[in-house]
Amino acid sequence: MMKKRSKHEFKSNTMPAMVTVGPVAILLLFLVVAPLIFVAVMSFCQTDEFYNVVYRFTAVNYGKLVSPDYLKIYAQSLLIAFVTTLICVLVGYPFAYVIARTKSKKKQLFYMLVIIPFWTNSLIRIYGWRTFLGNSGWLNKLLMTIGVVSEPVEFLYKTGTTVLGMVYCFIPFMVLPLYTAIEKLDDSLLEASSDLGAKPVKTLFEVILPLTASGIFSGCIMVFIPCLGYFFVSNILGGGNTDMIGNLIERQFKSANNWPLGAALSIILILVTLLLVKIYQKLGGDMDSLGV
Amino acid sequence: MGTIVELSGVNKLYGTNHVVKDLNITVDEGEFLTLLGSSGCGKTTTLRMIAGFEEPTTGSIKVEGESIEEKEPFERNVNTVFQTYALFPHKTIFDNIAYGLKMKKVPKDEIRQRVLEMMDMVQLTGFENRYPSQLSGGQKQRVAIARALINRPRVLLLDEPLGALDLKLRKQMQLELKRLQKKLNITFIYVTHDQEEALTMSDRIAIMHDGVVDQLACPKDIYEHPATRFVATFIGETNIYDGCVTSITDGIATVTLENGAVRVKCDKSFSILEYATVSVRPENMRFDTKPHEGFELVAVVKDFIYVGSVLKCIVSLPNGNELKIERLSGQELPTIGSRIYPYWEPEDGVLIHNDSYKIFKALDEIKLA
Repeated sequence: MMKKRSKHEFKSNTMPAMVTVGPVAILLLFLVVAPLIFVAVMSFCQTDEFYNVVYRFTAVNYGKLVSPDYLKIYAQSLLIAFVTTLICVLVGYPFAYVIARTKSKKKQLFYMLVIIPFWTNSLIRIYGWRTFLGNSGWLNKLLMTIGVVSEPVEFLYKTGTTVLGMVYCFIPFMVLPLYTAIEKLDDSLLEASSDLGAKPVKTLFEVILPLTASGIFSGCIMVFIPCLGYFFVSNILGGGNTDMIGNLIERQFKSANNWPLGAALSIILILVTLLLVKIYQKLGGDMDSLGV
Repeated sequence: MGTIVELSGVNKLYGTNHVVKDLNITVDEGEFLTLLGSSGCGKTTTLRMIAGFEEPTTGSIKVEGESIEEKEPFERNVNTVFQTYALFPHKTIFDNIAYGLKMKKVPKDEIRQRVLEMMDMVQLTGFENRYPSQLSGGQKQRVAIARALINRPRVLLLDEPLGALDLKLRKQMQLELKRLQKKLNITFIYVTHDQEEALTMSDRIAIMHDGVVDQLACPKDIYEHPATRFVATFIGETNIYDGCVTSITDGIATVTLENGAVRVKCDKSFSILEYATVSVRPENMRFDTKPHEGFELVAVVKDFIYVGSVLKCIVSLPNGNELKIERLSGQELPTIGSRIYPYWEPEDGVLIHNDSYKIFKALDEIKLA
């Protein structure tokens, strides 16, 4: 007897999965999955005396990662990423709060002021900072013209400058999730808190911060993780004095031409990232607000 | 019983939008006062001004004789039950109810004891460690009330607290709220658009319309002696006739309508030739098969509507206006299509000033000057 087709199957007019998600899947397979596998394989390869990659198994690359020089840079990276994240929260929160809660018609304008720099290449914007802060830059010229200093102040190539550039690059990533979280806050909860006798500071700590914690949390993840891998900010503004993990990786692939070592560093960075995202998820973070 | 809340000359403008106009209300201690009106009449704005969430544009608000319009909400001795409950979603029921006491830095042991007592009073014992999202609408409502009442406010403000509940639960909560109010002897100022709710619960009702209080009286007075045309039509069902006062003898006015003359009792504020409105409740309407003395209305019976305990009879006047006559089921009624002569006892009708009264008064003032 012939197998009867179910009514649902017969009437189904949805396109087969291959047609709908297929192209994207293939694209991701070639552009994301394959390169990642390549990096993973590369990290276990050797090099010959001319630094050509030799496809023979070794774990020596991972062994090199624990040298004191590297450890110092990891610590420095974590410190810079941490300070950057902290400043982003402290600056971003009040800003996000104001634009999310204002009833002014300029709300959209303020919001766009955060978004528009997003659309310009961050490399170009960081070069802009260098021009601005350099020894013969605008800031120094201004300071000398109005007589605050007699000779140029050395702004560049300091840890602080790198942090400044990082904060500048990452502040939108902090403001946007904060904005989303703060905008969702129900006015009547703030009114209820005040009605029950809470002064504004109490309302901040008892109601506003706990209810927007998810936004703070995802903002921190979105700043801290990419911060570890950003190399050009410390290259351009830190002048090599404030290396991040990203700088190490970049150097292995370019000037040092040691691809297997660079690959091993990349794998470590990816693992650290996954670990942090996993912790975020475990603590109840919302994956959607990370944009993943 | 003294006055506890006093609003005098309160106005509120949003830009050019005048939402509350020259409001004068005094609320007595231990009273249940309802602000009743349709949406946009300014009742919620009035409540929010007492709570401190809105500032009056002009006028003063006094609680216990003290001006409070400069005070922040957290400095006022009033508490609010919000329409959307506004429970803190990240706090347990216990912590929600304890919030006000915690802000006042009441000792922990006392907080615990008072919260449990209050939870018992609103029948929420055993829910201490739940979160608001785990409760039903009616339970959330109880938490909101408990959270406000635990602070022992002098005045409790309630903004359509039962609006989100289904009919059966709403009826039950109405009685419970009334019981709590009597037991704790706290002044309630209650905002609603539900006239039945207002009539059931209130000691006095302020009917608001377009930012103005049309009438402030006890439920019985409001129903039986509406002060304005709006109040007469807003509360319950009524038959409305607009006409002109043609004569007044012994406190009974003859009012000439489009469809003929009728008689209704009136007070001394009415004068001959004034345009006025007559309101008669359907249950007070009578009819006869022959003309009744002083009444010239003729009508044709159009339809009957059966609503359980009563039967409604719709009759049509010569100009097309319809009247409702209500009778207990089983009482004698005319047949459809028959001609009847509607009338009423002059004491059962209410004569109401309408806008022409203001013009008459203005004319009087000109004459006097």
